[in-house]
Amino acid sequence: MAIEVRIPTILRTYTGGEKAVNADGANLSALIDSLEANHPGIKDRLIDGGDLRRFVNIYINDEDVRFIGSLEAALSDGDQVVILPAVAGGAR
Amino acid sequence: MLQIDRTTYDALVAHAKRDHPVEACGMVVGPIGSDRAERHIEMVNAAGSPTFYEYDSTDLLQLYKEMDERDEEPVVIYHSHSETEAYPSVTDINLAGEPGAHYVLVSTREHGNNEGPVEFRSYRIIDGVVTEEEVTIVDAVAPSEESS
Repeated sequence: MAIEVRIPTILRTYTGGEKAVNADGANLSALIDSLEANHPGIKDRLIDGGDLRRFVNIYINDEDVRFIGSLEAALSDGDQVVILPAVAGGAR
Repeated sequence: MLQIDRTTYDALVAHAKRDHPVEACGMVVGPIGSDRAERHIEMVNAAGSPTFYEYDSTDLLQLYKEMDERDEEPVVIYHSHSETEAYPSVTDINLAGEPGAHYVLVSTREHGNNEGPVEFRSYRIIDGVVTEEEVTIVDAVAPSEESS
């Protein structure tokens, strides 16, 4: 089983500069564990206290995972996962 | 140093004034590795707030897919502060996710929606460290090395 995960610039330090890596897992949580096994440290940038970090967006086949079960979102072979840091900020 | 053409500069300032008091946000993107701010994209502030901005998650994905298809990257990531100076807040620093980009802050606190000068400043934000840089406004951005 192989799922392509697109890695944003800021996290490529964990993937040796690779823009996309393969990982596997039946759901997003398992996929992130699989990423962590090959790219130690990346999980902490995605998850905080057992939940997806507020300012990290992850998409499965173009769907924001927050609308499809978050870390429980189901995955299958050939799915495409995209990770993007939120573009956000503000005076306060 | 950030080099930006007059038309794009004016468009960023106009966007900030138009959306005041809500924070305006957007990008100017360009060919990967070129550091050329070529294509201005206004984004919707999904937070609709005078003190916070955030791109809608669907818009964000669309934007990055489009850049990917066109071999572009964010060159300028801008937003406005409507009540405070054009300097990155702690939130701006913590959430800065593009180490290669110029972070531009426009402050509309002086004149709001009206005519009049704004503060327009640019920064690099890398690993929580803010470095202000000079902004040079030109008629047209210099050609990239590949095309010269």
